[in-house]
Amino acid sequence: MTAVAGRRAAVFGWARFGLLVLFVVVFLIPIYVLLVTSFKPLTEADPSQAWNLPQTWTTEAWRVAWEKLAPGLWNSVLLAVPGSLLSCALGSMNGYVLSKWRFPGADVLFTLFLFGMFIPYQGVMIPLVQLLVSIDQFAGLQGVFYGGIPGLVLAHVVYGIPICTLIFRNYYVTIPDELIEASRVDGAGMLRAYWSVVLPVSGPAIAVVIIWQFTSLWNDFLFAVFLTGPTSWPTTVMLNNIAGAQATPYSQQMAAAILASIPTMLIYVLLGRFFMRGLMAGALKG
Amino acid sequence: MRRARTWLPGLLLVAPSIILIGVFVYGMLGWNFRVAMTDQHDAVSEGEFVGLQNFIDIWDQQRWHLSVNHAIVFTIVFVVGALVLGWLLAFLMEKGIRGEGTFRAIYLFPMAISFVATGIVWRWLMNSGTGERAVGLNRLFDWIGLPQWQWFRDPDWGMAAMALPAIWQMSGYVMALFLAGFRGVPEELREAARVDGCTEWGVYRHVVLPLLRPVTLSALIILGHISLKVFDLIVAVSGKQIITDVPAVFMWVAVFDSNDPAKGATIASYIVLSVAIFVIPYLIWSVRKERRS
Repeated sequence: MTAVAGRRAAVFGWARFGLLVLFVVVFLIPIYVLLVTSFKPLTEADPSQAWNLPQTWTTEAWRVAWEKLAPGLWNSVLLAVPGSLLSCALGSMNGYVLSKWRFPGADVLFTLFLFGMFIPYQGVMIPLVQLLVSIDQFAGLQGVFYGGIPGLVLAHVVYGIPICTLIFRNYYVTIPDELIEASRVDGAGMLRAYWSVVLPVSGPAIAVVIIWQFTSLWNDFLFAVFLTGPTSWPTTVMLNNIAGAQATPYSQQMAAAILASIPTMLIYVLLGRFFMRGLMAGALKG
Repeated sequence: MRRARTWLPGLLLVAPSIILIGVFVYGMLGWNFRVAMTDQHDAVSEGEFVGLQNFIDIWDQQRWHLSVNHAIVFTIVFVVGALVLGWLLAFLMEKGIRGEGTFRAIYLFPMAISFVATGIVWRWLMNSGTGERAVGLNRLFDWIGLPQWQWFRDPDWGMAAMALPAIWQMSGYVMALFLAGFRGVPEELREAARVDGCTEWGVYRHVVLPLLRPVTLSALIILGHISLKVFDLIVAVSGKQIITDVPAVFMWVAVFDSNDPAKGATIASYIVLSVAIFVIPYLIWSVRKERRS
């Protein structure tokens, strides 16, 4: 490389770095606003001080936000933990069969499953409500499936089958067929091979699916707003109601927004690698 | 018979999921379509079959035209915006840069947060107050000498502004897709092109960009289907206002506020159709491609 070309490459390198830093600043602006505003007292909720740091820092808004949001946070835990575990179990079994124990028409079935990943939930909303109401009437359970958390878990698990199946299938394809063959020679049946050969090496895929499902269940709003009642509102619905009330000061709204995001942000920071893989799986391996 | 013995257990193990998908995805799409073809316009009546009448009648409603127009504007701005920004970020990082892990993490983190939570801060950022009452971006723009805007309250450009939070949330994802695409181009191919006398730009133009087409298509499909059913972002930023109405919000209003299941189901059917038109060919194409390889 000549000296001129080298200098030019260095200039380009710095230009690229500068641009990337600029975008970092732009991307972090909303976070700055959330944090700074959430620590402001009511007296500083004035337009002229919109972008300033708080003159007096207070956690008052956080305290109020926590009081208002706590029931929703707990409901979200009750929703997202069992929901993601169930999705994981179903996805793992489907993925195993569709990659290692294929039957005639498995490809067509897989494509039909995948379409479920893209359907707009609006298209199933009205029948889903009617079905859940019927289940409640039939079983004499007022407000359990329609209006309660079990119905919401059911919806998320069912509509999570496609993505969970896809992630597990793509992961299990990488396990050598010979391993399954060997266990069959040893006399293992389908379930035995699953239990003692496939499941023990499924760790990474399980992590991806649980993180992916936990995040989507935690962040979902549409199912929650259609299917739950006030006592079972998860975080997102409660947050929307808190923020929608005109009287709620900005500082409380923003503290509540941060509180609602802490669980998924923690997962992202601690387990970002698996979160990323879930995202890439959603892209159908491009 | 022996062959059936080998695949039957597999089929049995997937059977619960087949039934669930059959009932909850395909059964309910059909059921919704059936409701859309009745005149069940209140909470109590049974509804008679009226064929495609609702699908035609809805075009007489000004609010429907408005929501379709909004969805189109939102989709164009959001999809193009996220694609261009995501591509640019990946392009800038492609050859490796100091602190790449940190950059990637920062561009991606909005994906982990719900639209409802980010809607709260974006509603503040895009507050339409001007002059002395300006907060958010308007106050910031005032300081640095840029004009102030109505943001999502603007009748013409409102939906373009509404796409900003969506771009902020999704462009990191597009970046990750493109970065994986860039890195998937074998170095030998680039080297071969250089040996053949290609300039660096020529290498991009003739080697890298053509190989990125499948990634671009995936990103397009993912962004597009998110865009057509966008709901929580709109509700979180502006509520159920006519000025930012989209089909998904209109459907909610039809079902809950005006108790009109037939109309809600009609809108929902249109949303499903708009997504299906490009997702189904894409799915068939990608499954076939995978089988070939």
